[in-house]
Amino acid sequence: MASSFIHPSLLLILGALLLPFIRGPLRKPYLFLVPLLALSAVVLNTSLTGNFATISFLDWQLVLGRVDKLSTIFALIMTLMAVIGTLYGLHVDRAGEHMAAWFYAAGSLGAIYSGDYISLFLFWEMMAFASVFLIWFRRGKQSLQVGYRYLLIHTIGGIILLAGILLRYQALGNITFDLMDVAHPELYTWLIMIGFGLNAAMVPLHSWLPESYSEASFNGAVFLCAFTTKTAVYVLARACAGMDILVVLGVIMALYGVIYAVMENDIRKLLAWSIVSQVGYMVAGIGIGTDMAINGAVAHAVVHILYKSLLFMGTGSVLYMTGKTKFTELGGLYRKMPATFFFTIIGCLSISAAPGFAAYVSKSMIIGAGFENHLNWASWLLMFGATGTFMYNGLKLPYFLFFGPNNCSEATWEKAADPTWNMLIAMTLGATLCVLVGTAPGFLYAMLPYATAYNPYTAYHLVETLQLLGFAALAFFLLKKYVEPIDRICLDIDWLYRQAGRGFLWLVKGPLQWGDTAWGEAYRVVGLSSLMTVSRFWSWFDWHAIDGVVDGIARSVRALGGKVRILQSGQIQLTLYYAFSLAAILLVTFIFFKLL
Amino acid sequence: MTNLIAYFQARLKTVVVVCLVLLAVIAGSTLLVDTHHAHTWAEQHVPFFWSFFGFAAAAVIIGVARWFGRSGIQAPTDFYTCPTSTPCEEE
Repeated sequence: MASSFIHPSLLLILGALLLPFIRGPLRKPYLFLVPLLALSAVVLNTSLTGNFATISFLDWQLVLGRVDKLSTIFALIMTLMAVIGTLYGLHVDRAGEHMAAWFYAAGSLGAIYSGDYISLFLFWEMMAFASVFLIWFRRGKQSLQVGYRYLLIHTIGGIILLAGILLRYQALGNITFDLMDVAHPELYTWLIMIGFGLNAAMVPLHSWLPESYSEASFNGAVFLCAFTTKTAVYVLARACAGMDILVVLGVIMALYGVIYAVMENDIRKLLAWSIVSQVGYMVAGIGIGTDMAINGAVAHAVVHILYKSLLFMGTGSVLYMTGKTKFTELGGLYRKMPATFFFTIIGCLSISAAPGFAAYVSKSMIIGAGFENHLNWASWLLMFGATGTFMYNGLKLPYFLFFGPNNCSEATWEKAADPTWNMLIAMTLGATLCVLVGTAPGFLYAMLPYATAYNPYTAYHLVETLQLLGFAALAFFLLKKYVEPIDRICLDIDWLYRQAGRGFLWLVKGPLQWGDTAWGEAYRVVGLSSLMTVSRFWSWFDWHAIDGVVDGIARSVRALGGKVRILQSGQIQLTLYYAFSLAAILLVTFIFFKLL
Repeated sequence: MTNLIAYFQARLKTVVVVCLVLLAVIAGSTLLVDTHHAHTWAEQHVPFFWSFFGFAAAAVIIGVARWFGRSGIQAPTDFYTCPTSTPCEEE
């Protein structure tokens, strides 16, 4: 029996709208069921290929269900993430937070299945507006401001994207969302790429990410780390594959993220910087554009979602249990949170591309594709960045969080413990998948957009990786006093945004306010005074001229009326006398006039 | 697991020695591995290439990050905001 396309976004949106009405003991099963249904829908859709759910709108054909290998693998990992993320926050009783998360996931899935730019843009914006609530629901000191900044940046990105879409429509006359002519980029190509790139946190449009993801609620961050950047990776792979500039931008992202992560004191901000770095590998892969590079970028996006969500779940557990996120307020937690430690270590090994763990099977595809495409400089720098990834995520994070100096206050230490059962199950799932993908990558490779014969488990690759990790670890332990976290924040390019904001505020409060005051004063002195003089003249004119004429006529009529009144005696013979006398005078006058 | 870690921590020197021996074994194994399919000349001909690369890359990253941080990038935590008294719900 041929199955028909079921849009998982529809299930998530309907589920979210009904959620507030599902209360009591039904809430948790319902929370688990809805994303599971969405996952089932995506699994059913995997048997399809082509365009589905097409809608005619004005002169356009909207395609809400484009199913191919690229959209399928992204849709699968996104819905899987929705299941794991919801399970992780199952005990959160704020319906709004789950609704925001599901709308966010629905936006991502909608964008992934979109076959045209109009529906893509609508789902794209749905993601931005839903995800901001995951930041606001933290309800921290900075959450509101950070959320507004996040929204502002994404709105700007949306406008840039929309401008690109409109210019493209004007130039080509269609809204088909497909690979652009990246060899001959037009203005719209750049605008669309920048719009996508902002969501991928391309440097220098990245600073929204570390700020907002570290400020999100403990379970909101698990969703955030998966959807926005990886949806951006998907659309870049779809529309901008082979665009040379992406190789440069990707390498910059990979290295920039590493340096900031090494300096960072906040455990979740470190992971957010790590997203910038890891997405850099994917962006570089898309820029290289060969089959193997695209496969590598897609595979890395999939495994990145798995290990990054696991890491955010681990650090989210620390936040949830202790209320702290800074290395300088934590440390030595393996004794109090052994299960969290175990799962976090699996995430750390996975992101470090340790043999047997997730990123081992994907990162080398991108780097290898660079070498094969004679982009040696890019591959060397990505290898350099990979060493940094292991250092800050594989060594610094677990060492200073679970071992190292114990900076916990008595209250923090008292509160520290492994989290609730649902959070542990979600982490178990994530960790299992990380190991499964790392040890048996065949099923992942089978789902990639292009046929591949890549084997990561060669003796050379194994020895290369072990050397790299082993000797980077040696350097870390010899030099670790230089990476010891300190309680400071790292200034980033957002400093420029903020300065621009302050400049605008100064402009409004200073020169513009002064100009407004000066104009008001000038108006009062010059404009208002002359207006009053003119008004006084017109008042005089009105009183003496217009009113004089009107009143004069009225007075004349009244006087005449007074004179005429005496003629009205009320006696019919007198009235007839006056009438006939007047008629006689008129007749005589007429005759004389005619005779003369 | 906690006990296992405590066991290793109690024998830290031994653990360090074992790790160093392991590193030596890993580095030595490069001499036995076929580098025919390596992408670049350096990988094929420089012995222990990735060992040097890993150590140097980590050292350079630590150095650059420290220099970058100390050059003014790392700022006081209240650099952007004045402290407020609103408590965080999760804290």
